[in-house]
Amino acid sequence: MTNKVLVYVDHFKGEALPASWEAIGAARKIAESLGSGVTAVIIGQDVQPLATQAIEYGADDAVVAENPALADFRPEPYADVLSKAAAEADVLLLPTSGRTRELAAMVAVDLETGMAPDVIEIEVDGGLVLATRPIYAGKLLSKVVIKERKPQILTTRSRAFPKPEPDASRSGEITNLEFEVGDVPTEVLGYKEAAGGVSLTDAAVIVSGGRGVSNNPSLTPPDEITDEKDQEIWRAQQGFGLVGDLVGVLNAAMGASRAAVDAGYIPYANQVGQTGKVVSPDLYIANGISGAIQHLAGMRTSKTIVAVNKDPEAPIFRLARFGVVGDLFDVVPALTAAFKERLGK
Amino acid sequence: MNIVVCVKQTPDTAATVTVEDGKISWGDAPLVLNPWDEFAVEEALRLKEAHGGEVTAISLGPEDAKEALKQSLAMGCENAILVSDPSFAGLDSLQVSKVLAAAIEKVGEVDLVFFGRSSVDTDSGITGSQVARRLGWPALSLVAVINSLDPESKRLEVERMLDETRQQVAASFPAVISVVKEINEPRYPSFMGIRKASKAEIPIWSAAELGLEGDLESALTWPDVYAIPKVETECEFIEGETPEEIAAKLVDRLIEEKVV
Ligand SMILES: Cc1cc2nc3c(=O)[nH]c(=O)nc-3n(C[C@H](O)[C@H](O)[C@H](O)COP(=O)(O)OP(=O)(O)OC[C@H]3O[C@@H](n4cnc5c(N)ncnc54)[C@H](O)[C@@H]3O)c2cc1C
Repeated sequence: MTNKVLVYVDHFKGEALPASWEAIGAARKIAESLGSGVTAVIIGQDVQPLATQAIEYGADDAVVAENPALADFRPEPYADVLSKAAAEADVLLLPTSGRTRELAAMVAVDLETGMAPDVIEIEVDGGLVLATRPIYAGKLLSKVVIKERKPQILTTRSRAFPKPEPDASRSGEITNLEFEVGDVPTEVLGYKEAAGGVSLTDAAVIVSGGRGVSNNPSLTPPDEITDEKDQEIWRAQQGFGLVGDLVGVLNAAMGASRAAVDAGYIPYANQVGQTGKVVSPDLYIANGISGAIQHLAGMRTSKTIVAVNKDPEAPIFRLARFGVVGDLFDVVPALTAAFKERLGK
Repeated sequence: MNIVVCVKQTPDTAATVTVEDGKISWGDAPLVLNPWDEFAVEEALRLKEAHGGEVTAISLGPEDAKEALKQSLAMGCENAILVSDPSFAGLDSLQVSKVLAAAIEKVGEVDLVFFGRSSVDTDSGITGSQVARRLGWPALSLVAVINSLDPESKRLEVERMLDETRQQVAASFPAVISVVKEINEPRYPSFMGIRKASKAEIPIWSAAELGLEGDLESALTWPDVYAIPKVETECEFIEGETPEEIAAKLVDRLIEEKVV
């Protein structure tokens, strides 16, 4: 392998995270400054198709490490392989995910080098990568440089870098990495709940609901629901039903505030914010969300924010580009209908 | 069981964080136990209560960084150790993980080490994995539930949060576990606990005691830190007689501005 810039293609059971291709785009820029090419690294089992895809998205060549023991992601054997592949590289980029944060951290230990997770900007200065990453829940930005050590390891935040257009006419060499899998200290027993719908971190449009989605006193729960808490959850289900209709027309992902999650309206997987997912869609529609600082920490980098809230003083309006002061139970269904009409669905 | 929980002291998440002359400041906002670490302390305490043993909280930080340890003691940890040395100031996670791994080895005979998923100041979330790698122990990261744990066979089964789903994993101790907020509801310190913690003498372990003198050089440098540029978004309020009229206007504006 001759290229000095490597990109690890993150995938879940053979399906690549779109952010992997964004990382290839970012890597191309770095490689141009360094006068090098980009090599994609793919680890798993039955993952050859990802190598072809990586080349279409801009990698010059690809290295594939396949072994039945790598069928499920486990950080230890993946790190063994990646450390071997990246030992001579100048730069190793990975798209940020729960997996890659850990993988990159371990490779950094193996190769005694630095690692900066979740970067949102990259420049190259005198052969060194100068990265920018948010800290303090996005209130501050920090520049970071990995000096005198190699490879410089960075994970790129989803949607912070443009995704290159795939070009099916591109070709490049695909080589298989020689390696042995040692003892793996963990055993994967299985997977729980299947993933469904559009992933929050990759979504171009997110429609979110907060505590306000249960606030419609005019809705009367069925007689058999007598418990007050159950009645509130029933109301919230009606509210999230309306939010879900809007999610549907916009082919969006569904988000939520922590208040909605803690109240049991919607699973934690949907939570946006400091203790939930950090997202930056093109459009974020916040319904019945006040705009607490911890919620803003997860969505303030959205390109356009729309807020629907009864309270004209709600802090969310200070960040929003467009605001509607009104009851979400009226506004959200009207929005769904209007989008349906205008988008011809 | 001999359990270690690594904790960090951070500013409260509601603090207004600013930068003055390249230094980060949070005004008079209190320093607290990193909110994510509360879940780690709680889970360590629950395991101790179920299986016996003791919990030792370890924090790396300056001499005055005892708040996080006091809170851990107040919640119910038996021991607290501050790992502190002038040479530890401003280390990156590559070196912090080296120091913590040395401290865990010095504690000795440890079964499990707990971490929170990340700290709310640097938002990195990598130290636990690096400590595991240095110790050569299995890393069980982003754990949402411990399904079973048997101190006899030293085997445990957990569910880890992946971005897509939950992965069920089995491993043997010793192991390093980082936890997410779904795992439990952290307790409040009891009155007795707070009293005990306020009187506790917290030992300090230096670089020399950990055999790490002159051995630590960060790989990262941080040439600049600054507040996010304030984007004064002027909110355009969409008004109308009926929700339908408002919705139509809003959709028109979003299409005009090429948002959709
Ligand atoms: C350590 C820590 C971490 C946290 N992490 C997160 C996080 O990750 N994500 C997060 O979201 N929060 C987080 N929080 C919680 C955060 O502080 C807020 O409590 C939470 O975001 C509030 O959610 P909300 O806006 O839905 O509820 P509220 O603040 O109660 O706001 C509800 C809003 O709905 C409006 N409303 C009510 N009824 C209607 C209606 N019918 N139509 C239209 N509008 C209506 C109200 O005017 C109000 O503005 C965290 C807090 C702490 C301390």
